[in-house]
Amino acid sequence: MTDVYLNNKFAGNIKNPEDFVERIINERRMGKLPITINCRHNKKSDEVRIESSGGRAVRPLIVVKNGKPLLSEKHIEQLKKNDLLWSDLVKQGMIEYLDASEEENALVAFSEDELEEESTHLEVNPLDILGLATSFVPFGHYNHGVRLSQGSKNQKQAIGFYMANFYIRIDMDVNLLHYPQYPIVKTLTHETLKYEKHPSGQNLIVAVMSYEGYNMEDAIVINKGSVDRGLARSTYYRPANVEERRYSGGLIDDVSIPDKDVNGFRSEEDYKFLEEDGIIYPEAKVGEGDVIIGKTSPPRFLNALEEFDLTSSSRRESSVALKHGERGIVDFVTLTENVEGNKLIQVRLRDQKIPEIGDKFTSRHGQKGVISIVVPEEDIPFSASGIKPDLIFSPHGIPSRMTMAHMIELLAGKTGCLAGRKVDGTIFSSEKEKNLRKELLDLGFSEDGCETMYNGITGEKYKARIFIGNMYYLKLKHMVSNKVHSRARGPIQLLTRQPTEGRANEGGLRLGEMEKDTFVAHGTSLVLKERFDSDKTIVPICEVCGLIAINDSRKETSFCPVCGENSEISNVEMSYAFKLMLDEMKSITIYPKLKLKGKY
Amino acid sequence: MNKIIKEYVDKLPNKILLDVESALPEKCVDSKIKKIMEEMYKEYLYSLADPGESVGLVGAESIGEPGTQMTLNTFHFAGVSELNVTTGLPRIIEILDARKKIKTNMMELYLKKECSGSKNVKKIAEKIKEKTLESYTKEVIINVADMKMIIALYPKELSEADLTVGIVSKILGKSFKKFKFKVENKLLTVISSSKDDALKEMYKLKEKIKDTHISGIKGISQVLPVKRGNEYVIVTAGSNLKEIMKKDFFDSERIISNDLFEIEKTFGIEATRQLVINEVVKVLDAQGINIDIRHIMMVSDAMTMSGKVCGINRYGIVKDKPSVLARASFETPMNHLFDAALIGEEDYLNSVIENVMINQAVPVGTGLPGLVIKVK
Ligand SMILES: [Zn+2]
Repeated sequence: MTDVYLNNKFAGNIKNPEDFVERIINERRMGKLPITINCRHNKKSDEVRIESSGGRAVRPLIVVKNGKPLLSEKHIEQLKKNDLLWSDLVKQGMIEYLDASEEENALVAFSEDELEEESTHLEVNPLDILGLATSFVPFGHYNHGVRLSQGSKNQKQAIGFYMANFYIRIDMDVNLLHYPQYPIVKTLTHETLKYEKHPSGQNLIVAVMSYEGYNMEDAIVINKGSVDRGLARSTYYRPANVEERRYSGGLIDDVSIPDKDVNGFRSEEDYKFLEEDGIIYPEAKVGEGDVIIGKTSPPRFLNALEEFDLTSSSRRESSVALKHGERGIVDFVTLTENVEGNKLIQVRLRDQKIPEIGDKFTSRHGQKGVISIVVPEEDIPFSASGIKPDLIFSPHGIPSRMTMAHMIELLAGKTGCLAGRKVDGTIFSSEKEKNLRKELLDLGFSEDGCETMYNGITGEKYKARIFIGNMYYLKLKHMVSNKVHSRARGPIQLLTRQPTEGRANEGGLRLGEMEKDTFVAHGTSLVLKERFDSDKTIVPICEVCGLIAINDSRKETSFCPVCGENSEISNVEMSYAFKLMLDEMKSITIYPKLKLKGKY
Repeated sequence: MNKIIKEYVDKLPNKILLDVESALPEKCVDSKIKKIMEEMYKEYLYSLADPGESVGLVGAESIGEPGTQMTLNTFHFAGVSELNVTTGLPRIIEILDARKKIKTNMMELYLKKECSGSKNVKKIAEKIKEKTLESYTKEVIINVADMKMIIALYPKELSEADLTVGIVSKILGKSFKKFKFKVENKLLTVISSSKDDALKEMYKLKEKIKDTHISGIKGISQVLPVKRGNEYVIVTAGSNLKEIMKKDFFDSERIISNDLFEIEKTFGIEATRQLVINEVVKVLDAQGINIDIRHIMMVSDAMTMSGKVCGINRYGIVKDKPSVLARASFETPMNHLFDAALIGEEDYLNSVIENVMINQAVPVGTGLPGLVIKVK
């Protein structure tokens, strides 16, 4: 007897599980049961489980009977003529959707020539075993599996033409590539997804060689001439939103240029871009500290006296200004109302990003790298026919990663570029490398893709022949100009007196726990002390009760609030964070008594 | 001992002196011995830790850094898929945390000379292996009409283990008092004594009854005889030193388990110290990582110096730290502070963390020596 479970609930017993499952599947194929039902006999635990619930991932497969797929050439012809639709194939039981459980008992043939007598299903296309981004990798079957997933991960971070109506949208942190191109080496997925309408990369001339040691550790060298002509240029959009919020007591935020007597007034210089309505005008070139939207808010806490005296002096400044290191041009200003009926101002900033040292690029094979130098065009190596690469890629990235497809794409790109056609690099069914080489030879080039090249600086011929071709490169959204940061001195936090955190606040770079350990391990105690001096304070301590005393700087005396004027008070140097901890301990009713004594 | 070597009795450890003596050629000129000893002494001084060297941190970094390169795979015995051992980082964490329950207990049982023949080994191995009802069960049928569960057992396996259906039913009767166990036609029959929900109870029992211990030593789920040199060793999954020591066919001097607490209970703290070192070294060797054994020895010393096994965590060695602030800075600061406040604990700011907190020079390296000047 075999137990049957419907959606994980016990439903009953059956005698012959194999027949039972077959019947359910047959009825599903005949359309008597919904196509979303899946059923499986688990031989190990001798259970039949039927699933009809939502949330299971299912995928379509061609049904195979007696080693022959039910979907024949005849059907495909009909499909081409639009006489037959996908839904008809499903209705007629030629294609069915399996979930992970039912797939367990299915024998799915990868391609038609792998069909066996026992096969139950056939992949619609071998490409189906991959995800969307992964199937974008051309010649993927020549790559190591890990590189495929890394390549697809990188592609998701690529800058492209993300949406056609970007001009009227206010998106958070988006980048837009100028002059995006359709890849010369494309795949089936590029076609089906109409990639030409939203491409996210450019076809570059790539030379595989080293350049003066500048391409160590995956770094890439880029041609300044190409950059000047607009290569990999992009625009970064960032919005600023301000809402006129309402508070209790009929108080409301006010978008306007703040008066001089407002609490926290910046300087007049900072408000220079604002028009009468308190909002910046389009095409204004703004930099660090400039106010985009001027705003004042009512005071946070009202005491009894101030409650009826709402002059602007008690209002506080709450404008939106550019933070440390930010800059851009005001691109777009809108004035609307939000759901609550409050006035809403949205300002979109735009900033052109020209490729520079530190910007990240990748091919479609997980071969990412950052620009290490932008070389003047005259110093770039050139081929006998005068071709100069846009980008120089280090050959040391290849052997350990074994991304053969990277090199085949280079060759295919070169062939496609010279022949004036697109090359099909669809995984498992790509054009043959042999044919590409032959075509390249017919075009009058060396079949291995190598060319004689000359040193751009000295004009000397390189001893080695350089592998040069054309390939699709993607600019990734990680750009240095959004990340560079350093600080020598700057703002500190109010509570701990330690440096602020983060780039936007001009913060310090944390010397953390593990970094501290390295100093201790080296025995450099005094260097460590100096590093942690950022919140150093001198605290007067009463020697009688061991608590923090008060220093009256006007009278130039110190006294203890507990023991009075006459107790002995010593100044102790400590970190402010420790003083804060002593205060916090007092607040949880612990008496932290400091016992002082001479150090030596 | 040689006269010249004797001069170094106070300067060098005894072990080194003995080693030098035994390594010396029979006829050696005194001046040469003198030179050797001078070289020896120099080398010894070089290898000493300097005063103020932060050995603990250097040790932690020396173990921690290669630890990041460790892979998380578990190592399998060739051929036996079930007998796998936790290795790599998880095992290191397990040891250093002094976990009471480790993922894969193991024992290595050496046999006494007279029982170490290959035939004996297999028999003994099978004998100590814990067997549950499931391994003797051929079929379980629930008769819904009569509210009965009928269990058919393998007769061959039973007789091999000197068992009968009757004995099995007695064992089961002891652990499941709610049900009645009877032998009918060499079949084990189970009847529920409760009236309501009898069928549900029966289905529950069907799952539960499988795991009832019938024969062998409790805890030993797998046995694997392995040839080491010219004798056989039984490697077991699961550990039960107490029961194993009772069996007289094992060489009790060479039995080993990988469970720190079992070793501590049966062989004492010194053995545990060595076990920590051995187990950590075993993992590191398997990963091809080379760490100076002195770092590991120090960790092991720290774990066992209090006379009981202490993990490197807030329940173990951190609990024994003399400084309140040091303890509070590790984990659960509030508890440590309150406990210290209750008994008016004092902190002398003697170790590293406290001094980092108050931003004073840490008493390590250049922060250790002070300069004293006598003013006339
Ligand atoms: Zn006082």
